[in-house]
Amino acid sequence: MSMWEYANPKKFMGWTAPVLPWVFGGAASCLIVGLIWGFFFTPDDYRQGATVKIIYLHVPSALMAINAWMMMLVASLIWLVRRHHVSALAAKAAAPVGVAMTLIALATGAIWGQPMWGTYWAWDPRLTSFLILFLFYLGYMALWAAIDDPDTAADLTSVLCIVGSVFAVLSRYAVNFWNQGLHQGASLSLDKEENVADVFYHPLLLAIAGFVLLFIGLVLLRTRTEIRKRRLRAVLRRMG
Amino acid sequence: MIAILRRDLLLATRAGGGFGLGLVFFLIVVVLVPFGVGADTDVLARIAPGILWVAALLAALLSLDRIFALDHEDGTLTLLATAPIPLETVALAKVGAHWVTTGVPLVFAAPALGVLLQIDARAAGFVMLTLVIGTPALSVIGTFGAALTVGVRRGGLLLSLLVLPLYMPTLIFGAEAVRRGAGGLDPATPLLMLGGITAGAIALLPFATAAVLRINLR
Repeated sequence: MSMWEYANPKKFMGWTAPVLPWVFGGAASCLIVGLIWGFFFTPDDYRQGATVKIIYLHVPSALMAINAWMMMLVASLIWLVRRHHVSALAAKAAAPVGVAMTLIALATGAIWGQPMWGTYWAWDPRLTSFLILFLFYLGYMALWAAIDDPDTAADLTSVLCIVGSVFAVLSRYAVNFWNQGLHQGASLSLDKEENVADVFYHPLLLAIAGFVLLFIGLVLLRTRTEIRKRRLRAVLRRMG
Repeated sequence: MIAILRRDLLLATRAGGGFGLGLVFFLIVVVLVPFGVGADTDVLARIAPGILWVAALLAALLSLDRIFALDHEDGTLTLLATAPIPLETVALAKVGAHWVTTGVPLVFAAPALGVLLQIDARAAGFVMLTLVIGTPALSVIGTFGAALTVGVRRGGLLLSLLVLPLYMPTLIFGAEAVRRGAGGLDPATPLLMLGGITAGAIALLPFATAAVLRINLR
């Protein structure tokens, strides 16, 4: 018995069915508690006023936008090395969720930027790299959509994901080099030095946990849909 | 490899090969810019290096789908895949042919077209230098994109969506080197990064290109 057995499509459908409601339930409770706590029970920032509260949406979605791509990279590698179909389908399922997270991060950032920086958009390194990440997601999804044969599509998108990851990292450093930043430093880090103040910190952690669970839940759900689609395709082909 | 290179160059230069098309496109984009932003000499001179780089990038993009499409249609690509030389070498030869037919003409056309944009001699020199270093990267990355979409009917639009994000680091470092060089700053860092991208792409991407071609020919 190894961990790979859980990647068998039948097994996967088996263990995800009971797990899913718990994941979504956890996501909902974390998000509800975290966001209500964050929006109504934390003080306004002394310089930013109430706009600081967008942090509870902005930081978690930005975090998940990057992590979704990382997850797609790992899933693509697993597909190329071990040929687990569920892995390829999970990567496919994660892409639209990742795009949504990227868009939320960009939109909330723009809404916050208007009163704070006086502009919706600045060609700041972080903003620019997120826009580039968004384009990478779109290209990846377009390639999936363009190819009929599912195995060929999985192979090609996996290679694209790996090559794209290298270039995404390159772009990140290129963009850093290209223009000065307006964006503030990291809100969170593992060493306590740079963190936001404690009042904002705890609800933010809850909101992040909620986004992580939401992402896991959505990816599992979408992967189940993809597996069902694949089965339907097989059945239809057998019937001619 | 030399044979493939020579064959592709011949095909490109003979009738219907579209050898000059990229160059004409480059010219048209550069001519369009003053109509769009106005003929103010100062503005044009300031944005000229960036315009030349973006136009070169688009011109390189335009000719990408020719790299594999025709060979795929008439079966040449299958023959090449079963040939005694590795597919990686074939990919590299294709890159070379693409670079000679689009990259090199762009390098020489850039200062001439720069005159239209009131570029000064120093900046023109830097545009040529960065294009010499940067266009091979455009060809390698583009060949990878062309290999990805070789099986897709009417893949031209998809190809640009896939390739343009991959072009961004090259464009950023290329244009930045020109800006620094023309402005009298030290352009060494972006130039080295640009060279690094080109060298790394030439060394690694043909493997990805060949892998993708094998998948598409399966």
